[in-house]
Amino acid sequence: MPVTTINGREIHVDDEGFLTEYDEWDEDLAKVLAANISVDLTDDHWAVIKFVRDDYKAQGETPTIRRVSTAGGTDTKKLFQLFPKKPAKKMSYIAGVPKPHGCV
Amino acid sequence: MTTTETTLVPNFDDDETERKIAFICSKGNLDMAYPALVLANAALGEGIETHLFFTFWGFDMITKSRMNDLKFSPVGNTAMHLPVGDVRIPQALAPLPGMQPMATKMIKDQIAALGVPEVPEFLDQIVASGGKLWACRMSADMNHLTESDLYDGVEAIINASDFIEMTDGAQLLFI
Repeated sequence: MPVTTINGREIHVDDEGFLTEYDEWDEDLAKVLAANISVDLTDDHWAVIKFVRDDYKAQGETPTIRRVSTAGGTDTKKLFQLFPKKPAKKMSYIAGVPKPHGCV
Repeated sequence: MTTTETTLVPNFDDDETERKIAFICSKGNLDMAYPALVLANAALGEGIETHLFFTFWGFDMITKSRMNDLKFSPVGNTAMHLPVGDVRIPQALAPLPGMQPMATKMIKDQIAALGVPEVPEFLDQIVASGGKLWACRMSADMNHLTESDLYDGVEAIINASDFIEMTDGAQLLFI
């Protein structure tokens, strides 16, 4: 498993660069992760990121776009605006959790 | 374990915009409605331009009066078994009264248990994700249906040539 340097810290990631250690994440790190993929974080982004992290912790798996829209309160259209083109992967990356493995 | 000096960032291929995919939905059975919906939803989640074209029996998926009531039948489906173990429904019993509603309810419950929506709600999600829905002209004419009879998210009724023209360069999947 590779270790990469983000924001001057050594962070454990998978081969693509997604964080593998839930507790290595903090809000400052999220800002850097977002900047890495050209996402400017707003309050709406933070609401999604917090839901993704809380839901991952509670359910043991990363929520899909559908779950974020039905249980997390940010609708699908909005998710595509906040995290263009690949919302599921981008929100997982910034939230420091694995890519979702569910199909829908 | 490898340590990289530069930050490892996932490649989200934001610049890759050429990929385009189209699904031809030709079946109106509940179980055959899902493959295109699941794959179209996945394609949209990958940032791919996605079109769905509804034709023949697939027209039921977007016809307001029918889309909420698609059925699944064990008739002719030798792979249908009960959710527990490997118990199969004998084909001689498959057409008996009550079998189709039972099988439909069973498959609906299994789909719902995964958090996957019913067909109309799934279409809502696909449209909200930027997917485009198209209705087949010949199917509309055969069924004497107009746009007002169809799901609101349908872009238009188009003919076969329009579809061929529109999907220039797209990957095609006939379901």
